[in-house]
Amino acid sequence: MTARQERLARLLMPWLTLGVLLLAWELACILFDVPEIIAPRPSRVFEVAVQRWDLLLRFCLETLWTTLIGFALAIGFGLLLGLAIGASPFVYAGLYPLLIAFNAIPKVAIVPILMIWVGIGALPAVITAFVISFVPIVVNVATGLATIEPEMRDLLRSLGASNWEILTKVGIPRAMPYLFASLKVAATLAFVGSVLSETVGGNRGIGFLMLSASARNDSATTFAGLFAIAIMGVGVYAVCALIERRMTRWAFRGELVR
Amino acid sequence: MPPAASPLVELKNVSLAYGEGRDATLALGDATMSIAQGEFVAVVGPSGCGKSTLMKLVTGLIAPTSGEVRVRDARVTGPIRGVGMAFQNSTLMPWRTTRDNVMLPLEVVEPHKRRLRTDRAFYFDKAQKLLASVGLGEFGDKYPWQLSGGMQQRANVCRALIHEPQILMLDEPFGALDAFTREELWGILQQLWLERRFTAVLVTHDLREAVFLADTVYVMSRRPGRIVKIRTVDLPRPRRLETTFTPAFVDIVHELRERIQLEHA
Ligand SMILES: Nc1ncnc2c1ncn2[C@@H]1O[C@H](COP(=O)(O)OP(=O)(O)O)[C@@H](O)[C@H]1O
Ligand SMILES: [Mg+2]
Repeated sequence: MTARQERLARLLMPWLTLGVLLLAWELACILFDVPEIIAPRPSRVFEVAVQRWDLLLRFCLETLWTTLIGFALAIGFGLLLGLAIGASPFVYAGLYPLLIAFNAIPKVAIVPILMIWVGIGALPAVITAFVISFVPIVVNVATGLATIEPEMRDLLRSLGASNWEILTKVGIPRAMPYLFASLKVAATLAFVGSVLSETVGGNRGIGFLMLSASARNDSATTFAGLFAIAIMGVGVYAVCALIERRMTRWAFRGELVR
Repeated sequence: MPPAASPLVELKNVSLAYGEGRDATLALGDATMSIAQGEFVAVVGPSGCGKSTLMKLVTGLIAPTSGEVRVRDARVTGPIRGVGMAFQNSTLMPWRTTRDNVMLPLEVVEPHKRRLRTDRAFYFDKAQKLLASVGLGEFGDKYPWQLSGGMQQRANVCRALIHEPQILMLDEPFGALDAFTREELWGILQQLWLERRFTAVLVTHDLREAVFLADTVYVMSRRPGRIVKIRTVDLPRPRRLETTFTPAFVDIVHELRERIQLEHA
């Protein structure tokens, strides 16, 4: 295989796998005569998605917005908290254990509480997306900062640099690859958060659509919602990966960039 | 060496222990040194004997457990001014181009820091000239990871010199390089020193490197490091690669080697 063919093959692989899986699913449904209410055939899901695309799109956009707002908050807050924890042993000692404890709480447990506090609507979904996705950002940024080579720090100190200068000239650039790596994980988590909140209770978003569709035993629409979430997740992931490559070319030593 | 009124750097019975209580390890024991303005000093000794520790003490990055470090007749209590440092694994920042790496001290050290924004062109030129003087003129826009190990170390030395420090500290700067590259860099470093006459402290475990470059070689014992021998090298300058084959040079290297071998006995 030439390099070109290999690249093409690698690009096609995920589509091929997806195609094979869907085909197997379709065949299994036909072969075992699975009732649609239990597992609709992919072709049926596709049909419904095409039929009701305007409805799906509207609910998808609602979810996308709440997710992105929650995600953006998580980036801002996670970056600041990560820098604080990574830069100061005191903040680290004080907050890190609490952060781990907080992360261990199943987020589904806090949605009802949120609803008591802020009611239903977009807000609980935004908050859930935020709380579920900021922890990996904090941990990664703090790690990036805490693992600065001591020599680099010594070099700046010997030049008489202030702590602030050490943070801006070494700490933040050094933490960037860690930040971007965490964004890919955090972005998908943010979707988990917003859809979770929409499904537990709410009146908007793709989670709500799925919930009401399943209440009507309309599994084709429920599955269409599932696929829609997956597609949005992959899309946001891809954007994060792209930004990562652009912003931290040095961390890959130029290798991934063509 | 012209006899200076008082030495630029003085260590008086300096010792340093890392850690506290029962975990304390004595890294440096009772070091006394005096380095004149414009002198080129080399420190040699077995690995782990406290050479890097000595560097950090002189530059004020760490404070001695006992004894006193004085620079320019003042007791050192924190990072001192007017130093340039270069370490073994070049600490060039991978996210900056080579030129931006070399210009880093200008962003931190006064008065350059103040002037950098208005005199950008001047400083850019200065960095370019310095890079050219070590044969890196065309590599300013490359990233450090696009350079060979030898080129990275040259850039590393440039960064240590760009702000024209009075004191240059080199901690095994050429340790990771092959013999040919290393000898080439000795020449470059000597040339820079002859032009600028900064005070240089070079830590190395290569005795030939020490004798080639230094006016005075300090030999340290095993941990806890003590200074066990001081040898002046009065070979004429500029020293060349051929110098390293002359009997005078070889004799000094042998003399130092014998003293160090005692440490491993
Ligand atoms: N930050 C540190 N904490 C504890 N021990 C250290 C530290 N730095 C160095 N040491 C110990 O002090 C001794 C001297 O270290 P160093 O000055 O780096 O030696 P050298 O540079 O001569 O190889 C070594 O035994 C090392 O293990
Ligand atoms: Mg060392």
